[in-house]
Amino acid sequence: MNARPSTLPVTHIRPGSRAMSFTVDEVWQARELLYFLVWRDIKVRYKQTVLGIAWSVLQPFLTMVVFTIFFGRLAKVPSDGVPYPLFSLAALVPWTYFSTAVSNGSSSLVGNQHLIAKVYFPRVLVPLASVVMPAVDLGVSFGMLVVLMAWYRIAPTAGMLVLPLYVGLAMLTAFAVTLWTSGLSVRYRDARYVLPFLIQIWLFLTPVAYPASMVPERWRLLYALNPMATVVEGFRSSLLGTPSPGAMVAVALAVVAAALAAGTAYFRSVEGSIVDLA
Amino acid sequence: MDIAIKISGLGKRYTIGAREERYDTLRDRIAAAASRPFRRLAPGGLAASTTIWALRDVTHEIRRGEVVGVIGGNGAGKSTLLKILSRITTPTEGEVEIHGRVGSLLEVGTGFHPDLTGRENIFLNGAILGMRKAEIERKFDDIVRFAEIDEFIDTPVKHYSSGMYVRLGFAVAAQMEPEILIVDEVLAVGDIHFQRKCLGKLDDVARSGRTVLFVSHNMAAIQRLCTSALLLQHGKLIRVGDVRSTVAAYLGGEARGGFAAAARSGDAQILSADLEDATGAPLENPACGEPIVCRIRFTLPQRSPGVRIGIGVLSCDGVPIFTTNTADAGFPCPSGPGDFEARMTIPADTLLAGDFHLALCLWNPGTILDLQEPALSFSVDAGRSPLYVENATRKGYVHVDCAWSVTPLVETAAGALS
Repeated sequence: MNARPSTLPVTHIRPGSRAMSFTVDEVWQARELLYFLVWRDIKVRYKQTVLGIAWSVLQPFLTMVVFTIFFGRLAKVPSDGVPYPLFSLAALVPWTYFSTAVSNGSSSLVGNQHLIAKVYFPRVLVPLASVVMPAVDLGVSFGMLVVLMAWYRIAPTAGMLVLPLYVGLAMLTAFAVTLWTSGLSVRYRDARYVLPFLIQIWLFLTPVAYPASMVPERWRLLYALNPMATVVEGFRSSLLGTPSPGAMVAVALAVVAAALAAGTAYFRSVEGSIVDLA
Repeated sequence: MDIAIKISGLGKRYTIGAREERYDTLRDRIAAAASRPFRRLAPGGLAASTTIWALRDVTHEIRRGEVVGVIGGNGAGKSTLLKILSRITTPTEGEVEIHGRVGSLLEVGTGFHPDLTGRENIFLNGAILGMRKAEIERKFDDIVRFAEIDEFIDTPVKHYSSGMYVRLGFAVAAQMEPEILIVDEVLAVGDIHFQRKCLGKLDDVARSGRTVLFVSHNMAAIQRLCTSALLLQHGKLIRVGDVRSTVAAYLGGEARGGFAAAARSGDAQILSADLEDATGAPLENPACGEPIVCRIRFTLPQRSPGVRIGIGVLSCDGVPIFTTNTADAGFPCPSGPGDFEARMTIPADTLLAGDFHLALCLWNPGTILDLQEPALSFSVDAGRSPLYVENATRKGYVHVDCAWSVTPLVETAAGALS
């Protein structure tokens, strides 16, 4: 017996879902693959679309125009004293990230079936990559937001320093949702028809077109159960100086932590059977 | 000796019902929940979910540095075994203990994106196979050289020929350096030149002391690369041993003496096949100097115009020597419906002494209706063939009647040979 075997990693393959479930360490080891999966999606989109990165600006911009006309001008929705276009765009930037991340992430396992069936890697990288990828768009559309702020002569404040916290919260929320929906989409192929509808409802449960201050005080904590409400309000307060989401942040963090824990448990329970189901 | 892979009581069950349910929808699910109390009572309701053991009770130890061929017919469980060992799917029962990192090559070019260039796909594919970015950068030139695609490295792979595509895929995979390598039928693609190159590379890997599991239908490749072999049949490990005897057992198998289909499936199929001599008597000991008649019975339940029946003659290690089919004879095969009998005669003094296998195929242009490979096996003796009278050591598999002439060389023009 030589000394080599003791240095070799030993893998046990056993029945049951637990045996295949990913560990944090394993995901960390595979971080370069995560990078390449994100890189692939960006490259491919550039090559397949004429407008490329312009799409990440166009979508929130055009939505802002529509919202400004219908909610701002016609319905005269209040906007916490901020010009309505800026008010809605500050929310549409994180919201567009979230809806793109969730819809891409949900179909990610189905879309990468050919990979999953032929090679092993921590499966969680697939939904994770589709949550990271739209963050690049978020960066680009954030640039547009800064331009619009300059247009309205609103100077950035020190409050902007907490913005990464809200970006992180948006990403964790999207990831928690995706852990569920990506697995469900493999099992139930009509999940992809249900999901756009749910995202649309979610949009109206989030203060994108209207301020959270319109929600009555006694409903506010219940409202905070939607972490995206905190993200959107946080974006506005740190950029435009509107009221801070305050206690909503604590509620959102608790909700996201719980959703991540549950999502991870669910994903672990299905990841071993993804190949057999699809 | 060190153990590289320890497989104990491994089994994988597929539920046919669940497989069909993969297309089920939330709507069906809700409807099923509502009707479940009634479904339980309905006769045959539970029979709907049949289970199949793709693999069962497989126990085996593979030592470090062993190069193991995994052989068996279609549906024997080879791919399921490799998928479990590669951690792509979980077993239903049993356990595997693996010492060392596993690299698996179940497909050439996994994850290639058609819109990305060769260069981009090398990085993507390398990362998918578990290589580090720095490692891929270091080996990049070797990969391009091995794939022979230098000029097209910045062309999207969708413009590649299929040959270039598989060469690039294999070139990346060839750079993997795991302790244990699992390879599934990658040689089935690509041209002869590419296959030789792949085999050469796998040879190197095998000789470098790594543990290799290799699945292939190419028995010559298996015998060239592997030291031992596992023979699977209907999900069970039925034989383990040195590669020659295991391949011989697989090819010979129960096929020796004649072939008979287990049952009529209702589709077009080959029913039976056996060997006769020129008089129509069963042929027990084929000899080189006598014709060998192969009699095949087949059925065509429906009218199948254009159907053909063919025979492939394979060497003892599974390499096709020649194939022949009814179209060669220049008359149309009956198109059915009905049962038919075909006779094919291999002329005397054609097959040399040795072991042979016959593969039988019933097909329509474009679709294989039934393929039995190998259907039957036999040994040819030298017998009293004139071929063996003077020269007992003929090489190869077949005798070809070649024309020869030898004439004395006469110096017709002076100095012509000086």
